[in-house]
Amino acid sequence: MTGRALAIPFDRGGATRFLPWLVALMVFLASLSLAAVMTLQRALSGWDASLAGTMTVELPPAPSPPVNASPNKNPAPNDGNLAAALALLRATPGIAAAEPLTRDAVSTLIAPFLGNTLTPDDLDLPILIDVRFERGAEPDLADLKARLDAASPGAIIDDHRLWLGRLLVFARSVEITALLILALIGVVAVLTVMFVTRTGLLVHREAIELLHLMGARDGYIAHQFEREALRLGLVGGVAGLLLSGLTLLALGHAAGASAFLGDAVNLIPALHLKGWNWAVLAGLPLAAGLVAGLTARLTVLATLLRLP
Amino acid sequence: MSSFPAMVRFENVGMRYGRGPEVLRDISLSLEPGSFHFLSGPSGAGKTSLLRLIYLAERPSRGLISLFGKDLSGLSRRELTPLRRKIGIVFQDFRLIPHLSAFDNVALPLRLAGSPESKLRDNVRELLEWVGLADKLEARPPTLSGGEQQRIAIARAVVARPSLLIADEPTGNVDDAMALRLLHLFEQMNKLGTTLVIATHNAGLAAQSGRKLLHLENGELAPPPPPAKAGQIKGQAGQINEPLRVAE
Repeated sequence: MTGRALAIPFDRGGATRFLPWLVALMVFLASLSLAAVMTLQRALSGWDASLAGTMTVELPPAPSPPVNASPNKNPAPNDGNLAAALALLRATPGIAAAEPLTRDAVSTLIAPFLGNTLTPDDLDLPILIDVRFERGAEPDLADLKARLDAASPGAIIDDHRLWLGRLLVFARSVEITALLILALIGVVAVLTVMFVTRTGLLVHREAIELLHLMGARDGYIAHQFEREALRLGLVGGVAGLLLSGLTLLALGHAAGASAFLGDAVNLIPALHLKGWNWAVLAGLPLAAGLVAGLTARLTVLATLLRLP
Repeated sequence: MSSFPAMVRFENVGMRYGRGPEVLRDISLSLEPGSFHFLSGPSGAGKTSLLRLIYLAERPSRGLISLFGKDLSGLSRRELTPLRRKIGIVFQDFRLIPHLSAFDNVALPLRLAGSPESKLRDNVRELLEWVGLADKLEARPPTLSGGEQQRIAIARAVVARPSLLIADEPTGNVDDAMALRLLHLFEQMNKLGTTLVIATHNAGLAAQSGRKLLHLENGELAPPPPPAKAGQIKGQAGQINEPLRVAE
């Protein structure tokens, strides 16, 4: 067939008028869901990589020095316990490294909550030991806790894996929900195109029967609908993507503007999409067009089977 | 009796729409290649249903139909497609595609058959010239008169040089003079070897042509009514042989 006017003017049916708008809306929602999934996945892998193989050991602070004692800028009130704990940890199989947090690191940790006026020296802060496991190692934490208690009474093990696990479960739930929304959008898109195509078949049933009786193959008639549905799907898809692109950029900008909240919001994954993320999103209009075209084709072929 | 297989053959054919009553009953007929038949009968007698069976728009509910020597009951949907391309149809309501030009409407059967554009262009122009519409190539059907639309429908039906031409009341929407001119066109096609079946309730036209007549009454083939009842159309039988000079 040539590039002349289509024998069946599918795009002239009243129902097709809203198809690009509906597709635009679905692509808009789909791209937001997909962006959320990709952002979450990136954040999850980051959290997993940085926290999964670590834990923190907390040693109780030493008693406060007397008021008239001379100020000591680098006190080591619990040096005995710290040394014992470090020796124990470093000797434990599966532990790659055990390092106490420096005062600067502790200052950085407390700064968001207490400001910069107070330093660790002004407070009875526990001593923190950052412990890193060897890859794949799963030490018996109950046994370690018992031995630590003996070597350094009052030691607490803060296993990141516990709360990281809870966080991961929550994040995975959000991710699965977003994927389900994405799947639902796909189903709605297919149903919408099916409805529009069936309406088109009813509107143009005389032209369709005419072509059929002239000896048109089913594939030719289906192509008439497929081509238009593909075009309308692409048009709607591009519009929806442009809208979602602007929305994502605005959200990214808003997230950047929230930097004044400081480290308190560090856990919220920043909405910064990478190049390949944008490439995936850019493929949505094409996917929408293909889904629309294929759905129209299959709907028409199924309907034509009723003709002799 | 011809040694060639019948172009159209019905054996005890019955047909019903859905679960409704039979609209055709026990139809048996045989149309030889190159024959010219009129199909007459009162409204509701089943003429259109019979034609729809012949041009493969319906399947019979019972009986056997063979077309071009092939038993249709043994053919799949896909195998019917090449048979349909050998059939030209003139519908009572023309069934032109309104958004396509006269040229594209007539070219449609050739394009469906895969004819190259360069080849079909001359054929279509020539045919539209032949039916007196050379100056209406780009006109859309809604802008044309009933007679002009009729001629486009006929041009579309014959452009692919069908072996079998079916026309359902082709004279139903035109005056008697135009009816005779169209009949002359069909005569010319028949001389070129096309088998024709023309449904009409204008028994006078059928009688004047002197062609074979199939007559339907209440869904069954019946003897044609006596000529006195057949009615007359204006004009004389001799006009049938006038050359086609189509004018509004």
